[in-house]
Amino acid sequence: MSVERLEVENLHLWRGERHVLRGVHFALARGACLEVCGANGSGKTTLLRALCGLAYPEEGQVLWNGENVRRDLPAFHAALAYLGHEAPLKADLTPRENLHYWIGIRRRLDDAELAAALTRVGAHEWSERQVRTLSAGQRRRVALAGLALLPVPLWLLDEPTTNLDAAGRELVGDLIREHLSRGGMVVAAVHQGLPQSVHNVTRLDLAA
Amino acid sequence: MNWTWFHRLASPPYVYGLAARLTPWFAWPAALCIIAGLWGGLVLAPPDYQQGDGFRILYVHAPSAWMSLMVYMSMATAAAVGLIWRIKVAHAVAASCAPIGASFTFAALVTGALWGEPMWGTYWEWDPRLTSELVLLFLYLGYMGLRAGIEDTQRADRASAVLAIVGVVNVPIIHYSVTWWNSLHQAPSVMRLAKPAMPLAMLLPLLLMLLGFTLFFVALLLVRLRGEVLARERAASWIREVVSA
Amino acid sequence: MSRSEGTVAQAFPSIDAPAVPVAASNALAFPRADAREAARLALLRDLHLAFRKRGQLVQPLAFFAMVTLLFPLAISPELARLRELAPGVLWVGALLGSLLALEFLFRDDAYDGTLEQYALSGQSLTALMFAKTLAHWLLTGLPLALMAPLVAISLGVATTAVPGILLSVAIGTVALSLIGSIGAALTLGIKRSGALLSLLTLPLSLPVLIFGARATQLAIHGASLVAPLELLAALAILGVTLAPLAAAAAVRISLE
Repeated sequence: MSVERLEVENLHLWRGERHVLRGVHFALARGACLEVCGANGSGKTTLLRALCGLAYPEEGQVLWNGENVRRDLPAFHAALAYLGHEAPLKADLTPRENLHYWIGIRRRLDDAELAAALTRVGAHEWSERQVRTLSAGQRRRVALAGLALLPVPLWLLDEPTTNLDAAGRELVGDLIREHLSRGGMVVAAVHQGLPQSVHNVTRLDLAA
Repeated sequence: MNWTWFHRLASPPYVYGLAARLTPWFAWPAALCIIAGLWGGLVLAPPDYQQGDGFRILYVHAPSAWMSLMVYMSMATAAAVGLIWRIKVAHAVAASCAPIGASFTFAALVTGALWGEPMWGTYWEWDPRLTSELVLLFLYLGYMGLRAGIEDTQRADRASAVLAIVGVVNVPIIHYSVTWWNSLHQAPSVMRLAKPAMPLAMLLPLLLMLLGFTLFFVALLLVRLRGEVLARERAASWIREVVSA
Repeated sequence: MSRSEGTVAQAFPSIDAPAVPVAASNALAFPRADAREAARLALLRDLHLAFRKRGQLVQPLAFFAMVTLLFPLAISPELARLRELAPGVLWVGALLGSLLALEFLFRDDAYDGTLEQYALSGQSLTALMFAKTLAHWLLTGLPLALMAPLVAISLGVATTAVPGILLSVAIGTVALSLIGSIGAALTLGIKRSGALLSLLTLPLSLPVLIFGARATQLAIHGASLVAPLELLAALAILGVTLAPLAAAAAVRISLE
């Protein structure tokens, strides 16, 4: 059994003249969840982007299983799923087609799994409609279906509950709980906090 | 291996000070070479047996054309260093090179056109050398346009570095294709710069001018680099020390 | 580091040992898609999207036809003169037509986060960029190549030149799409990037224009066009090997 582990050491990042990340430091083991809190502009999104290697920190490093992720970014990327606050969906395609391409690039997918994921997020009724006709909450649900299809060790979620109703937020909680119980890790940037049902959460406050 | 010298070399305050100290060491020799070269070329050298005094524009045209390529190569090298090792000062060097190189290219084009008038009887001839030079000007303009278009300095640095490297791969291809194109459409060019037997009295001033222009470029680069470093590091504390001192 | 002074550590959450019993690690396993499958899906996705918006596919072709129409009107309707100009007209038209669609090559993907997902997919971004560029060629370069003979005939070129023209434009547009993909990736995130994109792409495209126009000229005169065609193919091959790499690097930079 491999010991997956995410460690972040003394991360510093500037955006122009703004010192956005000032020595962020934490470690996360299997089955643990980190809730990143902070006001708008406090660097939650920047932190997630620095974690997954999109943004380049000036100082500090991100370690995956004890090794700097810069050494082998593709391998690290294969082990993570990142969900930005915009769902990566094409307005001209249906939810089913969107997932077929988006998730299919990463994993083999059969129709039954795809249908099951859409049903789970309550999208089965409108899975054949073009995404442009869907509401923001419905799009977010499609994105969650994509996440459910990617049981990679590390989930990086940027505001996963935005635009969702109470049932939708509970769905996010269920997905995270399920992921933690199978040994996954979650880092979630949340403005309002994760649903109460998620346990084993550590909180990281980013001061603005 | 000990890399401290390398990191010291790449630190902005060190570079800022070093550039200031080095500038006169390039500026004065450059001035001497250029004055001597101009005197030799415009006064001492004998008139060309075919072109008379018209050939003397060579002493500005050839070094400008030479510099236009050399600066592009320096720019791309600095950009590649910055891109690969993430050295900010290298990007500042590349950024400082671009306007200088574009100016040399422009000078080469203008002097080429002025030379064309007595040579060909027209200011513009689609000669392969001038055409390549014109394309090079567009490469510089594209590079500067991309830099200006991206607001974030770091992203501008890295994106323009990729462009400079792509440009370096393309410069020989463009030059070759333009020469090939030209050979199809007209007899070999009437003008050949490198005549095998250029008398020493003509050649020596040209070499002096080449050396002078190269030194002049380095001096200009150092001055621009200081400005560039100041602008980029304006939030850093060492700048306040430099400014208040 | 010149700016590290005065930094404040933001947070130090402790290492969290899992309180929940953790299942075996194979719960996190799934059948991965290989690189070829990923590239195939990236290609199909772009084709699928293009056919959802079929109207836009016609635009480069209409533009090409329109540019061609300008020349007889501006110069002369005499076919003998137009025939001499045909290679230039064809290639300037094809170059501009190919450029027209370039601005949209990555823009929607950058906007909706698809590029981010590509960059974080663990698959080779270079291969995905190549797939996207191939889609762009299939949607603009190939139709332009198919239309080029019609344009040539309207300019008084004999039908015997059709295979040569078709082939040279088809190969040339491969190189154009590849060169263009670098420019399109570099100008991501710039508002109103159209003019800049042309300024970046056109100088790099000149060799393609030169060899392509020469090949077309030889085809029109019924001569052997092997030499310029080989040069065009060399450019296309060089493009295939280098352009997706540069485009991938540029995309990563745009996401920073």
